Amino acid sequence: MKRFNLNLWLGGALVALVVVGAVFAPLLTSLDPVFDANLMYAEEPPDAQFWFGTDEQGRDVYTRVLYGARISLTVGIVSQIINSVIGLSLGISAAYWGGWWDDLVNGLTNTMLAIPSLIFALAIMAILGPGLPSLLIALGLTNWSWTCRIARSSTLSLKGLGYVQAARTLGYGDIRIMATQLLPNMIGPILVISTLGIGAAVLAEAALSFLGLGIRPPFPSWGSMLTGARELIVIAPWAAVFPGLAIFVTVLGFNLLGDGLRDLLDPHMRSRTA
Amino acid sequence: MTETPLLDLRNLHVGIPGQGASVDIVKDVGFTILPGEAFGLVGESGSGKSLTALSLIRLLKKPLAVSSGEILFKGDDLRGLSDKAMRRLRGDRIAMIFQEPMTALNPLKTVGRQIAEMFVLHRGMGWGEAQKLAIDALASVHVPAPEERVRAYPFQMSGGMRQRVMIAIALACDPDLLIADEPTTALDVTVQDEVLKLIAELCSARGTAVLLISHDLGVIANMCQRVGVMYQGRLVEERDTYDLFANPRHPYTRGLLGALPRLGSRHGAAGRQRLVDIDALIADKESLSQEFCFEPRNPVRDPRLRAGGGA
Amino acid sequence: MLRFTIRRLLQVIPTLFAVALLIFVIFSVVPGSFASSLMADGRTAADPEMMARLNEQFGLDKPLYVRFADYITGLARFDLGTSFRTREPVLDVINARIWASLELAIAAMVFAIVVGVPLGFIAALRPGSLLDSVTMIGAVSGLSLPQFWLGLLLMYFFALVLGWLPSFGYGGGSWRYLILPAITLGVTPLALLARTTRAGVLEIANEDFIRTARSKGMSEARVVRWHLVRNVMVLVVTTIGLQFGSMMGQAVVIEKLFSWPGIGSLLVDSVSIRDTPVVQGTILVIVVWFLLINTFVDIIYAAIDPRIKQT
Repeated sequence: MKRFNLNLWLGGALVALVVVGAVFAPLLTSLDPVFDANLMYAEEPPDAQFWFGTDEQGRDVYTRVLYGARISLTVGIVSQIINSVIGLSLGISAAYWGGWWDDLVNGLTNTMLAIPSLIFALAIMAILGPGLPSLLIALGLTNWSWTCRIARSSTLSLKGLGYVQAARTLGYGDIRIMATQLLPNMIGPILVISTLGIGAAVLAEAALSFLGLGIRPPFPSWGSMLTGARELIVIAPWAAVFPGLAIFVTVLGFNLLGDGLRDLLDPHMRSRTA
Repeated sequence: MTETPLLDLRNLHVGIPGQGASVDIVKDVGFTILPGEAFGLVGESGSGKSLTALSLIRLLKKPLAVSSGEILFKGDDLRGLSDKAMRRLRGDRIAMIFQEPMTALNPLKTVGRQIAEMFVLHRGMGWGEAQKLAIDALASVHVPAPEERVRAYPFQMSGGMRQRVMIAIALACDPDLLIADEPTTALDVTVQDEVLKLIAELCSARGTAVLLISHDLGVIANMCQRVGVMYQGRLVEERDTYDLFANPRHPYTRGLLGALPRLGSRHGAAGRQRLVDIDALIADKESLSQEFCFEPRNPVRDPRLRAGGGA
Repeated sequence: MLRFTIRRLLQVIPTLFAVALLIFVIFSVVPGSFASSLMADGRTAADPEMMARLNEQFGLDKPLYVRFADYITGLARFDLGTSFRTREPVLDVINARIWASLELAIAAMVFAIVVGVPLGFIAALRPGSLLDSVTMIGAVSGLSLPQFWLGLLLMYFFALVLGWLPSFGYGGGSWRYLILPAITLGVTPLALLARTTRAGVLEIANEDFIRTARSKGMSEARVVRWHLVRNVMVLVVTTIGLQFGSMMGQAVVIEKLFSWPGIGSLLVDSVSIRDTPVVQGTILVIVVWFLLINTFVDIIYAAIDPRIKQT
């Protein structure tokens, strides 16, 4: 009984849309997101020339939204990769080696889970200062806990299985076992969490940039575009619509895609990852 | 038969509406149960015995439904009853216990509360009064220290104890018919016997009829006066228990009996009995549409038994 | 129950200690100290002698472990240090603004629960219906929205266009000022609660004890009231506890957006000016609240589910 996986296709389509916008931005607009600023055209409503209108500096919002996709996608994907690397290495090794290492990792994970993630990211940004690299590090260090938990519990249930023992008797080193025997079995849930995590990272970047602590103007981060829009809300409400819509569409795409992947790979994952 | 049957099941068909009668899961099943009688329904997994039972009290899960047949209970056709009337009957006149006592009780409510529900539902009592009766109900199923046990939670009890609670719930309102669907299958062997004895004792004392469903012939033989054998959705034999064991007519029944290991019998060349192994194939749709479904597995291809099977 | 409560409360302490340590370590690594950020204002030249004096004044020149020991002993006396900016005790600074945050958080969560949980229930009891689809689409959208964007849009429509509600500020505690921020903050937990509740209902509805309840002759409404609700609440309560954490994170942004004078906006402001003691203190207080709420949630969970107390 195969139901059509709407989540997967719709999510995939939205993500593809955003990726296309990001990758082909120079082809989709002739303007530069940072330097093509003409104060004569500041705060124009959407029209034939400026499809999404202009912002307070006279920059074309449409162009900035397109290039902003590059920032969001970069932050989302890279930070998730960092998250997964940290979470997987800590989680698998903790369950595999056990003992004090496991206790340490558990303690660290519990500590991390006690701090709301946006606040932790905020704290790290406070130290590192604003900018893309800091953002990647901050978000990369923040959201690894769930991946770690899942990796750990998967490893616990897998490590007693026959083929792991067999690998050991064959003389495989620990790292090799963890990488080749245990890791491939978790790809499913990890993929789902990572996809959903990209959405979360995009939201986090937007929030931090909105607060002025992430990507600073004049770079076209969707979040920082909304900071400017807030000032103009009364006279130029459209400036608030498009960047926010872009964030919404992107995150929705990743969320749907993640849900779709979950339904595809194992519908029973819901209770473990939701 | 001089007595009016308590339950008179005729031509029951259960299937998925819209898929046609040929792939019905229960085909043309009918049997009677007299008041106070213990009737056994035996068959392997997938034979349709549980579905037959569920359809009696309208507990079939969508998309399954009764497509035709009559379910006469004390003379009235249950299929004609409104949902409300059916609910009044369920639990009160016909009760059912299920296979898995571990999961059949709500883990968050005390055992006493779950028994008391019966009295509140069907006798209109208040909770206080109902709880007191719950203690009596626990005592009747031989649970020690019932006044304390009434406040226990299911996870604090063993499987056998939980099944006793299920029996207490089922018999709380003194129903006319108790349907027991594999009540002992999930229990330890030592406990199985106790539970069956309990059911037999309580039901004969109260005159409750029993529809005992099992895949285990031994369980059925111990308790039931009459037995029905189900195979792939059809009732292939319906006889007096002793008679069935002595003279099995249907090849499947013979196969079932042949598969029972028996102590001290001397058949076969080596002086030991050969267990007959019925090729366990669950027939797919093609063979289901054949009139006689036992053919592919029948070690004795008896042409007289074509077209519908049955004793 | 009391023992369980005390046990859980005591478990908070080591976690709190670990958090304090983590936060402290992170902030000690700050390459630029408060003194240097004052310099960076451009108002004063980076005079090394002056910097050294400032550092000494703020105790930043002592070795790390001494500073940490001082910090911990301070915490034990509820002394969170002194604000670099205002020279007030951090605790006082936080105290002045904490009630506003709590008000907002509680209002948002109440909104989320009161709307989200029933929505999830109704959607699950009619799976596949229009209401169900709309609810699920709404839920996933709610989870994908940048909350501050929603806040901005709501602010535009309801405050600036329609003029029904004030657009920002605390308004001295008047409830009208609470509405927009609370709804904005509550939307995401609402969405997640609706989804979790729906999933929980669908999962529980398939359990055996629901079938047992039906076999007792209960109406569907009764089955839901007596057996479904409590079992689903167990799943929902855990989600509520976890959601508080992420909500507190989001509250930081929402408070800034609506100029709400809580500790969230305090945190953002302090980070901008590198007022480290206030930043550390605020994070610690937020974590304390989160841990306390989770403990409270665990206690409620244990009250509903008797199996938990055993662990």
